[in-house]
Amino acid sequence: MASALINVPPKAKRGDIIEIKTLMSHIMETGYRHTAAGEVVPRDIITSFTCRFNGNEIFRADLFPAIAANPFITFFTTVTESGKFEFEWIGDSGFSETASASISVE
Amino acid sequence: MRRQPNSTRRQFLGLAGGAAVAGAIPIVTVRPAEATPAMLASAIRNVTGGATVKTGKVKLDVPPLVENGNTVPMTVTVAHPMAPEDHVKSIHVFNEKNPQPNIANFYLGPHNGRAQVSTRIRLADSQKVVAIAKLSDGSFWSASVDVVVTLAACTEEVI
Repeated sequence: MASALINVPPKAKRGDIIEIKTLMSHIMETGYRHTAAGEVVPRDIITSFTCRFNGNEIFRADLFPAIAANPFITFFTTVTESGKFEFEWIGDSGFSETASASISVE
Repeated sequence: MRRQPNSTRRQFLGLAGGAAVAGAIPIVTVRPAEATPAMLASAIRNVTGGATVKTGKVKLDVPPLVENGNTVPMTVTVAHPMAPEDHVKSIHVFNEKNPQPNIANFYLGPHNGRAQVSTRIRLADSQKVVAIAKLSDGSFWSASVDVVVTLAACTEEVI
C-alpha cells in the first residue's frame, strides 16, 4: 500500500553536491481530529526518516504531526564514491518502509 | 396504552441530550490543544538548553500568505560552510499555535555539503514559524516568519 518516490541523480562527478528528493505516501493522521460523533481519530504518523549511504547515516529527521500528509523531504549531500542510498521511514503502529537508489560517481 | 407516550418522550429527551453532549465535546477538547507562546519557548529551550539564540544565518522560506494550511511548502537554508571542523549539526523548526510546538528536527553533518532542507508542513492558524540551527561550535542561530493562513489544518472533522 505504502509507496515511496525517490529522486537521486543516476550519475555525478566526484565532489558534487547533489539534491535528494523523497516522498512517502502516508496519511499522517495528526491525532487532533474528531469524527462527527466526537471521537478522537488516533494518531498515525511517520516519526522518523533516515538516509544512509553505503551504510553510513547521512541525514535524519524527526517528524511531528505538523508535517503534511505524504511527507516530502529534500536535502543535499556530497558524493565522493559510487554507492547505494538507503532510505527508511518508521512510524506509528509498526509502520516501516524502506527504499534505495544507486548512484555512479566518476 | 398510557405508557407508550411517556416512553417515547423519554427517548426523545435522551437522544436530544446525547446529541447536545456529542456536539459540545469537540469544542471543549479542541480549545486546550493549542500550543501557546510559552510552549514554543519551552520547546526551544529543550533544544538549546538555555543558550542564547542569535538572529541571522538562517533563511526560512514559507509563503507569507497561505491558502491551505494542510500543505505549506517550507525551505530552511543555513548560510554556513559545511566543513568537518565547522558545520551545521541540526535544524529545528517550531510553530506558535499548532496543537504541538514542534514541526520537525533535521540532523546534518559535514558530508551534506549544503545546509538546506525542504518539506511540506501543516499550519492550524495564522502564526509565527521559527527555525533554529545548531552549529558544531555550539552556537544557535534562528529566523522566524509570520504566516497568514486562510484555511486551517488539523481542526476539520472527519466524515
